[in-house]
Amino acid sequence: MTSEALLSARGLRVVIDGLHILHGVDLDVAPTGVTALLGRNGAGKTTTVKAVMGLVPRTGDIRFAGRDVGRLPTHAVVRQGIGYAPEDRGVFAGLTVAENLRLAERDADPAYPFVYELFPELRSRGRQLAGTLSGGQQQMLAIGRTLLNANRLIVADEPTKGLAPKIVAEVADVLARVAERVPVLLVEQNLALVRRVAGTCTVLADGRTAHQGDAAELLADEEAARRLLGVGGGHPVAASSIATAAPAVAAASAATATATATKEAP
Amino acid sequence: MSTVTSSTPPTPAVPSPSPPSSATGAPARTARIALLRWWPLALFGVLAVLPYGTVRVPGLLDGPVGSPGSLQLLALCLVFGGLATSYDLLLGRTGLLSFGHALYFAAGLYFTDLAMLEWRLPLASAALVGIGGAAVLSVLLGAVSLRVTGIGFAMVTLAFAQAGAILVQRNPGGVTGGEEGRAAPSDLLPGSLIGIENTPNLYWIALAYLALTLAVVHWTSSSPTGRVWAGIRENERRVEVLGLRPYGFKLVALAVAGTLAGVGGVVYLLLTGGATPQAAGSDTTLSLLVMVVLGGSGTRWGPVLGGVLYTWAAHRLGDLANSSAIADLPGVLRVPLSQPLFLLGSLFVGVVYLLPGGLAKLSSRWRPIRGGLTA
Amino acid sequence: MATVVLLACTGLGLGALYFLIASGLSLIFGLMDVLNLAHGALLSVGAYATWWGAAQAGLNYWLALAFGTAFGTVAAVVLELVLIRPLYTRPRDQILATVGVGLAVPALLMGIWGGDARPFPQPESLAGTVHIAGAAVPVNRFVLIGAAALVLVALRLFLARTRYGLIVRAGVEDRAMVTALGVDVRKAFTLVFAIGGAAAALGGGLAALYFGSVNPGQGANLLIFAFVVVVMGGMGSVAGAAAAAVAVGLVQQFANYYTADGLGDLAVVALLAVLVLARPRELTGRLA
Ligand SMILES: Nc1ncnc2c1ncn2[C@@H]1O[C@H](COP(=O)(O)OP(=O)(O)O)[C@@H](O)[C@H]1O
Ligand SMILES: [Mg+2]
Repeated sequence: MTSEALLSARGLRVVIDGLHILHGVDLDVAPTGVTALLGRNGAGKTTTVKAVMGLVPRTGDIRFAGRDVGRLPTHAVVRQGIGYAPEDRGVFAGLTVAENLRLAERDADPAYPFVYELFPELRSRGRQLAGTLSGGQQQMLAIGRTLLNANRLIVADEPTKGLAPKIVAEVADVLARVAERVPVLLVEQNLALVRRVAGTCTVLADGRTAHQGDAAELLADEEAARRLLGVGGGHPVAASSIATAAPAVAAASAATATATATKEAP
Repeated sequence: MSTVTSSTPPTPAVPSPSPPSSATGAPARTARIALLRWWPLALFGVLAVLPYGTVRVPGLLDGPVGSPGSLQLLALCLVFGGLATSYDLLLGRTGLLSFGHALYFAAGLYFTDLAMLEWRLPLASAALVGIGGAAVLSVLLGAVSLRVTGIGFAMVTLAFAQAGAILVQRNPGGVTGGEEGRAAPSDLLPGSLIGIENTPNLYWIALAYLALTLAVVHWTSSSPTGRVWAGIRENERRVEVLGLRPYGFKLVALAVAGTLAGVGGVVYLLLTGGATPQAAGSDTTLSLLVMVVLGGSGTRWGPVLGGVLYTWAAHRLGDLANSSAIADLPGVLRVPLSQPLFLLGSLFVGVVYLLPGGLAKLSSRWRPIRGGLTA
Repeated sequence: MATVVLLACTGLGLGALYFLIASGLSLIFGLMDVLNLAHGALLSVGAYATWWGAAQAGLNYWLALAFGTAFGTVAAVVLELVLIRPLYTRPRDQILATVGVGLAVPALLMGIWGGDARPFPQPESLAGTVHIAGAAVPVNRFVLIGAAALVLVALRLFLARTRYGLIVRAGVEDRAMVTALGVDVRKAFTLVFAIGGAAAALGGGLAALYFGSVNPGQGANLLIFAFVVVVMGGMGSVAGAAAAAVAVGLVQQFANYYTADGLGDLAVVALLAVLVLARPRELTGRLA
């Protein structure tokens, strides 16, 4: 797996203001499909992603498509072909939707048709200030920005966080479609969504890599899932029971996502 | 002894009897450790007897160390060493970038002077008025300016300090004396503090002030409050997470530092015999900032070192500028060399660039080498 | 009435000066988090370069002003490239470096041209007065107001219509996110410094006209009121800076005239204190 990984990090460490946040994270992102980055709250998922992007001071080895990107500044990392949708969505509230998109343009001919096809609302609301969008619309904008350019990897940090169940299902659909074109590194708490889209996964605990392997296998192993992710009940792992430890909204959204998945299954 | 003085202000009078006792062995090492521990006391002891010194240090000081002129300059150096130390309580210990510290220095200076001039109070009572005024002012203005954080705080403190400087300069009701300032009334000052033959007394007061600020800053920073200050400096959010409100702790830091600056104002008044508006100007605050950064912010001795060096350099460079050696130089060299502030400003930029952590950092870099040599 | 008109025009003229300094400060701070204490030095550089052009090199006022502005722009770019950029990862040291420059540059000017004010030759065409509602208002007030208005419009167009303007507006909101879109913000930094330096140097050349003289401390004095304007207007906001500059200029003039001289300056600071107490949150504003 290591040899063919699109993105691989070894011994990633992050210290912020004297606080040791990551103590050695190993991460491999598969060259196709969705790789999930999992772990409890505060495990260091967001920090790992930021370290890859060069948004926090980091040490360790980071290779992307065969190139050492561990010492590049953020903009140079991005220009290697990485689209990043951060945890708080990173939408510029004081800019219009169209301006948010325009700012993200790097290629000579940005893929507006594809973005507008996925998210028709981004076109119709082009002149609206992004700060006045709903959470779901802002998330669409954040993902849309990553799709404008011919990226080789999309990094999405908890794209379903705080969204209504119906919107979660829409985001899940989009991620599934995107993953057909571009590999995705997905940070996600919603395990039903992970089960639906992810192939491989990396699990973090306390700033370290605790597990790497097949996502479905991990989620099927009740004991491992509980130990690594703090979830799972006394029943065989099913979508509903996976979600029981998560907040109510997540539980509901998990159910919806599963429902969508079932509906779409041939 | 020689190993010790290199990390402290240059004390020209020290006869530096570098002991060639390369005696190795346990007793010698214990003695060295004891010396390292107690060197500040030894240093203050040496500083205390400087007025009796007859040594000449050509280049560093004009007359003998104990002469009134030299003592006056040394005393000024000590006062600014103390002021810089009080300023570093904000900058280095709490992480507050205040541009208003000169205001409290000027408050101590002017309130004391005016209490004597206008209310005919004796020096001791006037000094209490001055210090109390500085303390109250620092709490009041601190309470307002701390409502904004970060750079906003820096700008608001600068605006307040500037308001003070304008107030002093505009001479409201003829009280502050405007550009000229006002001389302290000699009839209200004790005889032992007036006259050139009493310069040693003033020098000792300045030395006592430096010791006081060092003690207060050391004591408060190692208190529980001081540990919260350190937390605020490192990461304010983390302090909030612990359930503490940084606002109150920062206000205490401002009050302590402001009061110490007020005391410095009183000492400065005695030393210079009057209050002048330069004390309130923004250049004074910026100079304090330069001193602290030059010496080493957040260290115990760095601000003292910076304050002493800066004050000494500003005076000596001023003398140099007026000397014939400079006047005869070609313009390209004469112009920059005749401007102490140009040289100091450039030196400061250089230090910021090449020596983050200031001169104190330099000494800690040398320490292992020294240790290796003397062990 | 005549007095009121004269005071208003003078206050607006002063506000125009404040705006020219504050707009650049505000953008630099908003985008880069750099409190540029050398901004007053840039104004002084512009003022002396304009004075040199007009008094020494014999240029007419407009050419001298263009020369002074260009000189200040170059100085600002050099400052950014040589001093600010290498300290990019040390924000506090960036501020400290500008403190050093803010001390050194006026001292250098003093070393070259002396500490006393140098009279600025008033151009014939701008020496007269305009009569409005019975008040004889010096023409130079309108030059200042006009220049500031032009700069305001130009800045708004730059921010609204150009890609770099977009980058600046976004960067004021969230600089890290701009880099995370693959934008190299350092170019925008240099550009913003150049714009700020140009505005400040232009302000210096106009201040020379307004005060009728240049002196090394001019920049530092104006800088402090510009800080007040920046804080009041919301850091990073050009429109906010414009509104605050007008308010500060007017309050200062009227209070100085109708109360004691000097009280106007204090009134401005009091206004700032009230604002800080009333709405501390909003003082770290957005670009508008
Ligand atoms: N800038 C920061 N300052 C201090 N602590 C931080 C900072 N960023 C993250 N942390 C801490 O590091 C840990 C990991 O955070 P994060 O990477 O956001 O976790 P996750 O995304 O897995 O929930 C948390 O305990 C968090 O509080
Ligand atoms: Mg996270």
